[in-house]
Amino acid sequence: MIMKLLSGDTPRSKILTLVLLAIFLCLALAPFLFPGVRSLDTAARIAIFIVLAASYDLLLGYTGVVSFAHTMFFGIGAYGVGLASQHMGRGYSALIVGSLSGALLAAALAFVIALFSLRVRAIFFAMITLAVASAVAVLVSQLSWLTGGEDGFTFRIPRELGPALRLGEFAGVKINGKLVNYYLIFTLSLILFLIMLRVVNSPFGRVLQAIRENDFRAEAIGYRVVWYRTVATCLSAAIAALAGSLFAIWLRYVGPDTTLSFAIMLDLLLMVVIGGMGTIYGAAIGATLLVLAQTYLQDLMGSAAAATEAIPLLSRLLDPDRWLLWLGVLFILSVYFFPTGIVGRLRAGK
Amino acid sequence: MTQVLLETHGLTVRFGGHVAVDAVSCAFHAGELTAIVGPNGAGKTTFFNLISGQIPASAGRVDLEGDDISRLSVSERCRRGLGRAFQLTNLFPGLSVLENVRLAIQAHRGAGRSLLTMADSHHALTTEAMAVLERVRLDRLRDQPVNALSHGNQRKLEVAMLIALDPRVYMFDEPTAGMSVDEAPVVLDLIAELKAERDRTILLVEHKMDVIRTLADRIIVLHNGALVADGEPGAVMASDVVQEAYMGKELADV
Repeated sequence: MIMKLLSGDTPRSKILTLVLLAIFLCLALAPFLFPGVRSLDTAARIAIFIVLAASYDLLLGYTGVVSFAHTMFFGIGAYGVGLASQHMGRGYSALIVGSLSGALLAAALAFVIALFSLRVRAIFFAMITLAVASAVAVLVSQLSWLTGGEDGFTFRIPRELGPALRLGEFAGVKINGKLVNYYLIFTLSLILFLIMLRVVNSPFGRVLQAIRENDFRAEAIGYRVVWYRTVATCLSAAIAALAGSLFAIWLRYVGPDTTLSFAIMLDLLLMVVIGGMGTIYGAAIGATLLVLAQTYLQDLMGSAAAATEAIPLLSRLLDPDRWLLWLGVLFILSVYFFPTGIVGRLRAGK
Repeated sequence: MTQVLLETHGLTVRFGGHVAVDAVSCAFHAGELTAIVGPNGAGKTTFFNLISGQIPASAGRVDLEGDDISRLSVSERCRRGLGRAFQLTNLFPGLSVLENVRLAIQAHRGAGRSLLTMADSHHALTTEAMAVLERVRLDRLRDQPVNALSHGNQRKLEVAMLIALDPRVYMFDEPTAGMSVDEAPVVLDLIAELKAERDRTILLVEHKMDVIRTLADRIIVLHNGALVADGEPGAVMASDVVQEAYMGKELADV
């Protein structure tokens, strides 16, 4: 049963199994293990970014296609839910219509981009995605009558998914709509993750790997490489959009900074590379590490700076404002020591 | 040997002012093994590239079983039964030996578009792939990644990938190049077996004269891109044009 769910793709390393199990259990029991608004928010972000990073890995790690438009697809999903909720009124139908139309639009847009560029050469695709993503980001910030511009906009989701709904208490934790919302996001993220795990282990997924390894030979044994690359691109875009929809439902807000910014694109690249390209599981580890670092590194440094107040230079270096510096150092070290990513390193060292 | 499987009509390709393949017209029949010989740079591999579609022809056309395939993509030609093994080993280096062959079988069976089934649950594909690996004696290395294989074993895998496609037309480009003396017979025996099946046609680019003598029914000689001789091995090797244009001394000494 578990093998079927994981599509026969086990972590293949004891430590990796433990780490993944820990991530899974922490996310599944987050509201009870780490009570508090902020930690629940972090858990939801981790769940969503695991899906987003895994969908990027599908493209980058499995198909060998470099795209810079992944956050654009993420944003399309988010704005889909936001706009649908704003114009159709709060309700589940708005969430469903918004998510599905966002995913469809993302897939269609990915199809057009792929059609224009994947035929030529893979590097062309990277450049075109960069151009289109920039154009869309500008468009969203300029069309403020529709998108709220740089500020974005908040919207209302069904009452059952917000803190207004109170269902009592369990194990000292208030059961409210936010908790329901969290489990909705957790469950959907898990399903999307397992679907991607299945896709990369399907005959289709094997062809993608073959194309990554040697597209010339893949074509020569009868695979229409453009078709496979296009389908992978569309699929990856649609899943990114769905992750965006989940993010919008969680935040009850959409804006360029949370969904479209290039900072997120860079984060995504780092998540996939640090976790280990072409493994899907790597995306889970990379996303968890990065979100945790972004959320808690500043706190950690704040307390470290306070503890070293007496030492002149060190306390300056540990100032919470320097957190990006340390994040950078961590990345360089991890890429240097784990060139195949954390998953690659763990699997090789079993 | 009546049925023509593959035929080229005035097949030509020019790179700038250089004519690499010059109006080659030639028919290849079922059950026939044709050796293609010629000095380095004679256009043998380019001729292959034109047939399998890696390079578009400047003029002329290629017919496969009577249909013009000159406009078709490489993958489409392969799906129609034109199989090619490469001179420089050309595999999926990060994947396992079994996976390489299974990908070829899967391409041949048209199973690559299944997104939500598990690849490992397609047992028929795996069984078929293992049968092919046994033929080239690589079955015990099934789980090795290809980049860990010796050169000789990579050459065998290259041949296995071609057999897995089960094509009507086999194109071998120096299949035993760089193989050790004990390894080459596995591949040569295999080619002999394929030939014995009689309903396919085999094109073989080869330099080793002993190989040609034992396997070939027919030799065609390319020189500066043009077809200069075509016929039974004995006759072609003895002909003046070949002696002078290409083999000269080398053959005279044999």
